[in-house]
Amino acid sequence: MTATQVRPLTQTETPSRPPTHDSGVRTPRWLYAVLAGGLFLVVVPFVWMLLSSFKPEQEVRAVPPTWWPETITFENYQILFEKLDFPTYFVNSVIVAVAVTVGNLVFCSMLGYALAKLTFPGKKALFAIVLGTLMVPGVVTFVPLFVLTTKMGLANSLIGMILPFLAAPFGVFLMRQFISSLPDELIQAARIDGAGEIRIFASVILPLCGPALATLGILTFLGSWNNFLWPLVVAQTEDKYTLPVALALYAVGQNATQYGLLLAGSVVVVLPVLVIFLFLQRHIMQGIAMTGIK
Amino acid sequence: MATTSATRHVDPTRRQQAVAAWVLALPFVLLFLAFTAGPVLASLGMSFTDMKRTDMRNPFAVEVVGLDNFTQLLGDPLFRKVTLNTLLYLVLGVPLTMAVALVLAVGVNRIERLKGFFRVGYYLPVVTSIVAVSVVWKFLYRDSGGLFNTMLGWVGVDGPGWLDSTTLALPALVLMSVWRNFGTLFVIFLAGLQTIPQELNEAAEVDGATGWGRFRHITLPMLRPTMLFGAVITGIGYLQFFEEAFVMTKGGPLDATRSVTYFTFDQFGYGNFGYAAAASYLLFLAIVILTYVQFRFLGDREEKVK
Repeated sequence: MTATQVRPLTQTETPSRPPTHDSGVRTPRWLYAVLAGGLFLVVVPFVWMLLSSFKPEQEVRAVPPTWWPETITFENYQILFEKLDFPTYFVNSVIVAVAVTVGNLVFCSMLGYALAKLTFPGKKALFAIVLGTLMVPGVVTFVPLFVLTTKMGLANSLIGMILPFLAAPFGVFLMRQFISSLPDELIQAARIDGAGEIRIFASVILPLCGPALATLGILTFLGSWNNFLWPLVVAQTEDKYTLPVALALYAVGQNATQYGLLLAGSVVVVLPVLVIFLFLQRHIMQGIAMTGIK
Repeated sequence: MATTSATRHVDPTRRQQAVAAWVLALPFVLLFLAFTAGPVLASLGMSFTDMKRTDMRNPFAVEVVGLDNFTQLLGDPLFRKVTLNTLLYLVLGVPLTMAVALVLAVGVNRIERLKGFFRVGYYLPVVTSIVAVSVVWKFLYRDSGGLFNTMLGWVGVDGPGWLDSTTLALPALVLMSVWRNFGTLFVIFLAGLQTIPQELNEAAEVDGATGWGRFRHITLPMLRPTMLFGAVITGIGYLQFFEEAFVMTKGGPLDATRSVTYFTFDQFGYGNFGYAAAASYLLFLAIVILTYVQFRFLGDREEKVK
């Protein structure tokens, strides 16, 4: 009896050791509290924006402010989409973002493949250019770009907004990093089978680039959706505004005091990308890891 | 695979590869020449001229004025002011953003559950439009009825009119930018922290190192390359500060939040293309110098550690 009682004791003692060993790594409760507090501060402005967009104008201005809307109204959204031209701005934003995204997916993966897997004269210089122009700020180029697009007859046009952003060095860099990690044997096998270089790219490499293309696509779409300075310069009439341009000009212009309206406008700009992000966040995090860290 | 240069002339696949590579590179190269390289050079060229908007129809009216734009800029009190403001954005924004990101990354790296949850949560503001969040924060900062001053009121503090004050407006914009931008660095730092071998920390713990000691002597040195990268991209961002001020303060009060990019945009709006290009080039120069200095400074430190 005593022997059988002792046995389970020693047995339970042995597996209980790893937890005591790990105790240095165990997470204290206060850490979760601090991190949750940080998250609260991050989320509060969004929650407040969303709730306030459903308040009537006088409640948005109330002192002290209300948290939960006392009267729920869709009036702000009605004005945006019926009286103001937010449907047009929304469509413009979508057209520009989709065109820029498609352009980057196609052109950046093409050059990315060449830089990763092909040998050709000028390769080093080309890659140096890609890296060197990763940091050229838009403010340096927008004045001559304005002159150029005007001369091309593209002032105040969506095409003028799209063209300068069709192939970003960032995308080339990202695609090159990803394609470099694909095995060379794939390409050699295809060459032995007699496939041409372009064909290898299109039917062997591209189908394997799914994850990288997803990352690039999402990041490019978000970047274009939020882009401000260049669309602000190009758009001269309201029918060419993108969402951020319209919102910013309303916020500093004749609608500057219509708070409920502006907050509803912010929701229209922010909500689509938040939803996209929450569904596809894995790809974005991958992209940052791929380009940010060696 | 890689043939020697002797066989280069006779190797047809090599030639095919080169042709294919340039075909693949062509769209990017053309777009790059037209919309990046061309404008970068044109901007430099314009900065030495007196080009105005009205000269677009009549290029022969443009005159080369040498360094006039640059000397005029350096003597322009408004340009000095916006330069100072931009440096303030940089000096306040970069350390604050990095500190917040680092503290939260170290925290999230230590927890076992909900890591992914916090990572997504902290990254949320980064994907949102600066214009939209600026509109929201403008109301949060309101003197009466704003969320911040209401919360300050709960603890008995009579909050100021943040955006109406020449001294508080700029720090208030920086605070919003930190909120908007720290997520990028947070994710980068977290990934960097995860590459630090667990054994290092365990060994230090056995040797009796405190939490702070481990942070200072293991985490910080190991994270230095990541922090360098983070400092550079954050610094480049703050040097181009614009949208927040455009929406929240219109550069005011009394130009207290106007930045160099804002100044360039204004000069462009007035039609002073040459002057605007010169201002933008000074900013470009600052960005290049900042990047160089940061790589030199932190690069050297890294060598000393070795």
